[in-house]
Amino acid sequence: MVSAILRLTLDQVEIRRGGRCILGPISLTIEGEGITILLGPNGSGKTSLLRAMHGLERISGGKVSWQGPKDRVRARQAFVFQSPVLMRRSVLDCIAYPLLLDGVGKATARRRAADRGAEVGLGDLLENPANSLSGGERQKMALARALIRAPEVLFLDEPCANLDGRSTREIETILQSARADGTRIVMSTHNVGQARRLADHVLFLHDGLLRESASGCEFFTAPATPEAMAHINGDLLP
Amino acid sequence: MNDILQGLAEAGRLVITLDPDLAEITARSLQVTVTATVIASAIGLPLGAWLAVNRFRMRRVVIALLNALMGLPPVVVGLIVYILFSRSGPFGVLGLLFTPTVMIIAQVIIITPIIASIAHQAIRELWADYHDLLISLNTTRGQRMRALLWDGRRALMTASLAGFGRAIGEVGAIMIVGGNIDNATRVLTTAIALETGKGNFALALALGFVLIALAIAVNLALHMLSRTERGSRW
Ligand SMILES: Nc1ncnc2c1ncn2[C@@H]1O[C@H](COP(=O)(O)OP(=O)(O)OP(=O)(O)O)[C@@H](O)[C@H]1O
Ligand SMILES: [Mg+2]
Repeated sequence: MVSAILRLTLDQVEIRRGGRCILGPISLTIEGEGITILLGPNGSGKTSLLRAMHGLERISGGKVSWQGPKDRVRARQAFVFQSPVLMRRSVLDCIAYPLLLDGVGKATARRRAADRGAEVGLGDLLENPANSLSGGERQKMALARALIRAPEVLFLDEPCANLDGRSTREIETILQSARADGTRIVMSTHNVGQARRLADHVLFLHDGLLRESASGCEFFTAPATPEAMAHINGDLLP
Repeated sequence: MNDILQGLAEAGRLVITLDPDLAEITARSLQVTVTATVIASAIGLPLGAWLAVNRFRMRRVVIALLNALMGLPPVVVGLIVYILFSRSGPFGVLGLLFTPTVMIIAQVIIITPIIASIAHQAIRELWADYHDLLISLNTTRGQRMRALLWDGRRALMTASLAGFGRAIGEVGAIMIVGGNIDNATRVLTTAIALETGKGNFALALALGFVLIALAIAVNLALHMLSRTERGSRW
């Protein structure tokens, strides 16, 4: 399955805040299948770029374009935020919420949410209020909620930041299987090991600029910029 | 001090003997205030939520106006409603002056801004939390409002209770528009004013204690109801 709302094209996209250019100008395209990994140091603009792609961030210049009618484009994407948004509901109802929006019946929605919840390892916590979850559990809940509408394009902003090794592997397995089902994934991470494991394609950001765009294999064997090299090696950037 | 003890004793006696006058006045107080609170909530809660979610040009002005209306002096509201509903006023033909209905109208005018303002505050905070998620999920305006009103229901109940508290203890407006007529428009607060004027401090105090007990009972009952509701550990 190849997504109908791709390709996504960014043309000279710029974000300025408080008189400072925090991102761009950036031009890139996202299409086909696979996982695109966004790498870059803190403050390099990963979150801003993801939000701009998803249409959450007001852009100051340039153009973000998808294929097809606006409503369909919006409905077929999902976003996992760097800090998960918790609704004041039970974990189960949080995960089921997107289905309710689509008009799915409450019982069906809850059943499917329970399956998704169990899949990310929250099976025992489904009846608890969402705000009682630990940091890592919140991220798992957000992932389950994002996957429940089977989006064509899934954005994730450091989805494994608070997870231990085992949970990280579990999430990676889920992402790999979503990828195999045809979901196009764009995700940022600080975990270079994870980037190596998952990346079909890598975008490397530095100071709000796209410094490298290469296949995962290329990027990790022969990074073209010293900043990328240093980032991979875990060096402190100048 | 003696007066207060006497008042307590009198209150006890009135309640225990189920004094018919007291029962009638109390029932009318409840009827007027509960009806006013329900109507004001039906207007104020969605209005507060709507103001929190929508951006429009006059938004700040409307919110400032709402906050100003919170401090509306009840006596003035009573006076204006009185003029509107008096025989020569525009609504005079309805013949509502000195009825519980016009007392409800006056109370709705007094407490709707309070309920809307508190609801607006609560929903605005919730909206700040939910904003990114609800936008990301491509929700319609109606879906956003529904999610916010539902998930904010405990804070909204507090808003309604604040309105109830203001209305049940209000005397100025309903005295003017209701007239404190025995067996028709007399409620706890107007009865207290009357008995105090007559020098019947014990009876006035007794009515006062009943009023306080009533306000506490309604608050407790609602909190208990919401506590037993499943998933309300927020
Ligand atoms: N609303 C704003 N006003 C001013 N500056 C902003 C605003 N939003 C973001 N920035 C700045 O833009 C830069 C990029 O932020 P962004 O959140 O995209 O970085 P990031 O790559 O996601 O970082 P991290 O790895 O820490 O999550 C940062 O320096 C940040 O301070
Ligand atoms: Mg970030």
